[in-house]
Amino acid sequence: MIIIGEKLSVIAKRVRLAMEARDKGPIQEIAERQFREGAAIIDANIGPAEDGGEDLMQWMVTTIQEKVHAPVCLDTTNVSALEAGLKVHNNQWGKALLNSTSNDPERFPVLELAAKYNCDVIGLTVGKGGLPADAEERAGIAAEIMARAMEYGVPLENIYLDPLVLQIATTQDQAVKVIETIRMFQDLNDPPMKTVVGLSNISNGCPKALRPILNKYYFLMLAEAGLTAAIADAAEMAEAMHEKALIAEVMAGKTLDDPKKMAEIVKTVDVIMNKTLYAHSYLEM
Amino acid sequence: MAYTIPVENLSGKVQEMTLGTAGRTVAVGGGTTLPFHTFEGVKSNRPVIAIEIQDVPPADWPDEVRAQYDAVSGDTVTWAKYCQDTLKADAIALRLTGTHPDRENRSVEDAVATIKSVLDAIEVPLIILGSNHVEKDSKVLVAAAEAASGRNCVIGKAQEANYKTIVAAALAHNHKLIAMSELDINLAKQLNILITQMGFDAARILTDPMCSALGYGLEYTYSVMERIRLAALAQNDATMQPPIIGDVGMYVWKIKEVTAAEADVPAWGALAERGVAWESVTATALSIAGANMLIMRHPKAVDAVRKTLDELC
Repeated sequence: MIIIGEKLSVIAKRVRLAMEARDKGPIQEIAERQFREGAAIIDANIGPAEDGGEDLMQWMVTTIQEKVHAPVCLDTTNVSALEAGLKVHNNQWGKALLNSTSNDPERFPVLELAAKYNCDVIGLTVGKGGLPADAEERAGIAAEIMARAMEYGVPLENIYLDPLVLQIATTQDQAVKVIETIRMFQDLNDPPMKTVVGLSNISNGCPKALRPILNKYYFLMLAEAGLTAAIADAAEMAEAMHEKALIAEVMAGKTLDDPKKMAEIVKTVDVIMNKTLYAHSYLEM
Repeated sequence: MAYTIPVENLSGKVQEMTLGTAGRTVAVGGGTTLPFHTFEGVKSNRPVIAIEIQDVPPADWPDEVRAQYDAVSGDTVTWAKYCQDTLKADAIALRLTGTHPDRENRSVEDAVATIKSVLDAIEVPLIILGSNHVEKDSKVLVAAAEAASGRNCVIGKAQEANYKTIVAAALAHNHKLIAMSELDINLAKQLNILITQMGFDAARILTDPMCSALGYGLEYTYSVMERIRLAALAQNDATMQPPIIGDVGMYVWKIKEVTAAEADVPAWGALAERGVAWESVTATALSIAGANMLIMRHPKAVDAVRKTLDELC
């Protein structure tokens, strides 16, 4: 499992301020911490970055790689900022990852970059019209992205298909469909296609205390389905790996010594599988 | 070969509750099947229709429905008795519209006096509704619960922003409670959990997932009600087993289809029929989605829904 550390995102205030001030300290501190916690790739999410995105992405890539010997996931909708980042990316520790292309023609230039720089690219399985309804629709879009990639000269092993994780608090039925999709994506090619998710979106809109619980067990269930990589909180995922045996025991019908942990796992798995209706207080029921 | 109706065996049930006192009680909810699937298990009680009245004359209601009550609506007690005795309402829904700060801003004491005189005059169960002003309702409904103590009424609506005081009052005076959330099944479940965590018995909650009129989001209300019923029956989710209430009248009697003059839109047909049809169709649809109680305004719409229910039940 490849963890792509999610913490360097423009959405976080501390990160945004550091980006604006070009203050290397917080960026490097967060990058190093994630690397220590087990992130193999560091995500640099600079947002749409319409003005000055090129300079910002170059600064992010060099600032991160100055301290952390790992590849960077270049995360922006600004295509020229992606290319600027690729130009300075040090490939000594692995290929850069572009986040992302999709089935929207506006995102095809990202495939051009992936071909030109021989880097990896995330293929988000959405098109121009609305969100995908189920696993089949996602697989259909994935097949189109794969055909497009071959047209542009991007090898399929450079692609990570992303089924798009949605919020469990508002679209509960999608959580299990994404797990099905991860299985289906792997069957689209031999060797199997690589897959990635933006994990934490599952718990977006949920109470703070609930978020790591949903994130962890959802991660383990996706891992079980064969997920290759996750953009996630590296510390949470390290914790999740410690609980891998526990969830396996619960799934096998065994009773855990810790009744609280047992209830937490059973209730969370039921909510993810859409067997019980989600509510913010589901653990208290 | 004879056709056999496929039967779905569901594990859950809808809570049954009794409203009112003495000889004039009414049972709401109950049953183990989806609405009107009488071939699949124990059927629920026939949806109860409460006719809506107000603590002030309904100056804001469109002519078509207002005119039905012109002779009685000047006095809330007369209006209540008319609904009970002449229109044969199963229950009366008294909306304290006049307490809203942007309306007459009637005082808590005035509201209490109205409630007491209405309760003295009627025997059928009473539903006491606030003016949907979060702060004012939490004062008015607390006093209302006390004023109606011992009459086994329904008090509402408790919402996320004000449920604590209203739940405490309904608990203290042994009433039923309407829990309202805004067209979101997960929030409907969450509110019911929060209310029961205060020690309020889930068997005394009515869920209001927020109503909407045909053409104005009815499909959202329909879908949420349907999913609540499926969670209650197929997943045996206790938090989703309270009866569902559909507050139909107030959502229908404000849209342009029930007010636009015939001269302006001749293609829409007779104004006198339009509103009645709109309220009937909305109420019928929601009873099929899972509503166990309907709050309605126009006597002819009430009659039309009763006829449909006669055939469905």
